[in-house]
Amino acid sequence: MSFESFAEFIDMGGHGLYVWLSYAIALVVIVINIVNPLMYKRHIFTEQARRLRREKQS
Amino acid sequence: MADKKWMPRWFYQLASPRWCYEITGKLLPLFVIAAILLLVTGTVWALAFAPADYQQGNSFRIIYIHVPSSILAQSCYMLMAVAGAIGLIWKMKVADMVAKCCAPIGASIAVLSLATGAIWGKPTWGSWWVWDARLTSMLILFFLYLGIIALNSAIESERTAAQSTAVLALVGLVNIPIIKYSVDWWNTLHQPATFKLTERPAMPAEMWVPLLVMVIGFYCFFAVAMMLRLRNEIIQRERRSSWVRDLIAG
Amino acid sequence: MNDSVPNQSTEESMVHVYKVDGPFWGALKRDLLLSYRRKSDLVNPLIFFLMVATLFPLGVSPDPTFLADVAPGVVWVAALLATLLSMDSMFRSDFEDGTLEQILLSPQPLYLVVLAKVLAHWMLTGLPLTLLAPVLGVMLFLPGDGMWGLVLSLLLGTPTLSLVGAIGAALTVGLRKGGVLISLLVLPLYIPVLIFGSAAVQGAVTGLPLGGYLAILGAMLSLGLVMAPLAIGAALRISVSG
Repeated sequence: MSFESFAEFIDMGGHGLYVWLSYAIALVVIVINIVNPLMYKRHIFTEQARRLRREKQS
Repeated sequence: MADKKWMPRWFYQLASPRWCYEITGKLLPLFVIAAILLLVTGTVWALAFAPADYQQGNSFRIIYIHVPSSILAQSCYMLMAVAGAIGLIWKMKVADMVAKCCAPIGASIAVLSLATGAIWGKPTWGSWWVWDARLTSMLILFFLYLGIIALNSAIESERTAAQSTAVLALVGLVNIPIIKYSVDWWNTLHQPATFKLTERPAMPAEMWVPLLVMVIGFYCFFAVAMMLRLRNEIIQRERRSSWVRDLIAG
Repeated sequence: MNDSVPNQSTEESMVHVYKVDGPFWGALKRDLLLSYRRKSDLVNPLIFFLMVATLFPLGVSPDPTFLADVAPGVVWVAALLATLLSMDSMFRSDFEDGTLEQILLSPQPLYLVVLAKVLAHWMLTGLPLTLLAPVLGVMLFLPGDGMWGLVLSLLLGTPTLSLVGAIGAALTVGLRKGGVLISLLVLPLYIPVLIFGSAAVQGAVTGLPLGGYLAILGAMLSLGLVMAPLAIGAALRISVSG
């Protein structure tokens, strides 16, 4: 460990804002890149299932 | 097929969207696990255990996001151009889809690289934006991504869009070294002896091992994001084929 | 153009290789003649060039020392934008009246025809811009020593701008709203030319030897001459067939 206490860990030697902001943005970018295709997948599947049902009826 | 023996078999299998869908389905969990393990280990290591830099202190820890994202943004462009070329030459549908999926991921990673670079600049240089050679090159790479996304969305026909963006990506690929060289040169002309962020001599092992873990972790994350998008794209384009119908109905 | 027939035998095709002047000069003459008949298209980029350069003193400051400092960059950026503005019309009319399709179907080497079209475009925009640039230089108080650097760098740089811009024009020729899109595609690719072009002018102003800058601009031009027509040809085939 390069930090003595948790408060020091959060503070990052005065640069806490910058370090944590960077990691937060990284997290956001990663989550968007995972969640976005997953939501789109659900959209495609419901859309196609509806289309199949419609075709079966007609 | 006899005259094409020099290409390995998987290359032709890759051309089949269905095979590709199935194989990515099997690979996806592996990469998800690898990405989570590597990124979590790397982040904890980078934030809590890596030693602080003697000059920059703890703001140095941003390197563990900034460098992997910069490397990934460049590799992603490379992959996009190569996949585009394969799509142009062998008319392989899956390669077109890979190239199309690369652009949005690459653009978002480039934004991450730019944002972390700017944030790092504040404690290091005292301002949010500095016309540093690396940051400027990354900004131009981001513009190249935006151009490709704009062209792709402007063309309605999927086939034409894929081919046009492939040509543009290849032109960009030829240009990237020239751009990089000229920006580096321009930078030394205008601000000599700036404080270089990453080119430090002899980074100790406690510093670069977590960096390596993060780089590999980012690549695994890219593989996951890529496969998720690719599978959507395959389903979307093959929606009229019987196997997709079965998949959706079943 | 009528001296070129589809080549059947190898002997004939050998002859054909040496008769490259047919498609090249034919296309060049045709493009020049067509533009001559529509004179307004010829003048518009030049007026634009002049206006953009006028905006800087109005928008920032008319102070001579300041203007002399920024003049190389301003003239180069204005030239770049003026070239970009004229790019959209490069293949547009040929595409709309079907000439482009005929060119692609014809047995002439596309490389040469494309090169001729780019050359025609440069002669009608890049060259006049280069000739007009000293006037702008004077208006922006560019020191006299910089004039040669300005003209020479533009002379070597603007053909590269036309070549690279033509790739963007070829990619977007089939689209209705090509204009803005071209700028998005092409501007990042213009950056190396801008950097070395304005650096050459700056170098000339401070009395540095120009050889190095001009050599790099020349290298970019030769690379563009070899590679860009291939990309333009491929892009045209894709756009027209799509």
